[in-house]
Amino acid sequence: MTQTAKPETGAFSPRDLDHQPPAFTPGYKTSILRSPQRNLISFDNTVSEITGPTFGHQMLGELDNDLILNYAAPGESAIGERLIVHGRVLDEQGRPVPNVLVEFWQANAGGRYRHKKDAYLAALDPNFGGCGRTISAEDGSYNFRTVKPGPYPWPNGANDWRPAHIHFSVFGHGFAQRLITQMYFEGDPHIALCPIVQTIPDETAIDALVARLDMDNTIPMDIRAYRFDIVLRGRRSTLFENRLEGN
Amino acid sequence: MSAEYLKESASQTAGPYVHIGCVPSFAGLTGMYGGNDLGDTMITGDVKGERITIEGYVFDGAGAPAKDALLEIWQADAAGLYNAPTETRGQADPNFTGWGRQPTDGDTGRYRFETIKPGAVPYPGGQMQAPHCVVWIVARGINLGLNTRIYFDDEADANASDPVLNKVELSARRDTLVAKKSGNTYTFNIHLQGEHETVFFDI
Repeated sequence: MTQTAKPETGAFSPRDLDHQPPAFTPGYKTSILRSPQRNLISFDNTVSEITGPTFGHQMLGELDNDLILNYAAPGESAIGERLIVHGRVLDEQGRPVPNVLVEFWQANAGGRYRHKKDAYLAALDPNFGGCGRTISAEDGSYNFRTVKPGPYPWPNGANDWRPAHIHFSVFGHGFAQRLITQMYFEGDPHIALCPIVQTIPDETAIDALVARLDMDNTIPMDIRAYRFDIVLRGRRSTLFENRLEGN
Repeated sequence: MSAEYLKESASQTAGPYVHIGCVPSFAGLTGMYGGNDLGDTMITGDVKGERITIEGYVFDGAGAPAKDALLEIWQADAAGLYNAPTETRGQADPNFTGWGRQPTDGDTGRYRFETIKPGAVPYPGGQMQAPHCVVWIVARGINLGLNTRIYFDDEADANASDPVLNKVELSARRDTLVAKKSGNTYTFNIHLQGEHETVFFDI
């Protein structure tokens, strides 16, 4: 894989848990029995947390980042509102995080997942699989094409609906940066109503998961663009820090 | 951190359909990514070290196995080196990725990794850590991925002096991090909650 600079190898700043959802969130009922109740044990990163797997651009297939086409029959395409989703993977210092794997998956335009556990009555689209992946560029940027996912009902409260969303799995350069999250769409009234979104106690943290319509990158007569930046944990500054063996 | 810095994106649950994005062949999306789920194979050639299986279940607070969880492990090679550009101590075994990803089985709830026994790696300051894998668990109902570690019960002396294990005050809780060996298989059950709750880390 291509790397323009020697990677940084310092420890990560401690995770700001006030900006993250707590484990026990009774409004999201499945969390009740799946939330640890004891305190997390903290320790400074070791080489096991500072390092992490990396993936080369040569791993990617031509259509891996095109959900409109990557499950479609030849000459056909997925049904729905055509979208480009793009942004940058950054760290907490605002620096780009290059060469990291970004995976995404979603329901189809009707709100149905291609998964045996999803029995929602909306139809499957034979030309839509719902998964894609890419690797961030040197400037941290990533992009993919898809169709806008539909909202869908889910068993939690009697009438709970998920906002339209795309799931993201993001690797960093260290295992401690590993993150799974969801991207929402600007203006969706379901965001404020969703028990999963509302597991996040901080309104600014929720807002940071909401992609913005991006007319500058919208292609006339073709496809609209949404912008979504992802922030991973940053490495602590090593200024004036003695480098310890094994650190 | 001061206000001029960005905040880490908030986590959201992986949900019940995480398989579509992370293990699409397992999810039935035949042919996606050439039919190979990333992380399914950790051993890519004539690997050095002792081949082992690590398997177990992820139990919820009612003792039911989670049948929709996803686990990732990250570990050193037999010589204690990580296969990563951020590994500064040497070159890891090219036939071992060090990274594995497996779902729990949709019918039984069991997960299984085919890997090698990791070598020991240092702790900041130079003391050695006992051989271990770091583990990340996501699933429906888990809002922020859970971090834990797998240690090995045939490494009793190394475990006794491991600086991370020794941060766990109660020995019974330390035992939740130690996989039990039988033949070449280590059993490591994860309890998300309850009397036998696994130790989870804020790394």
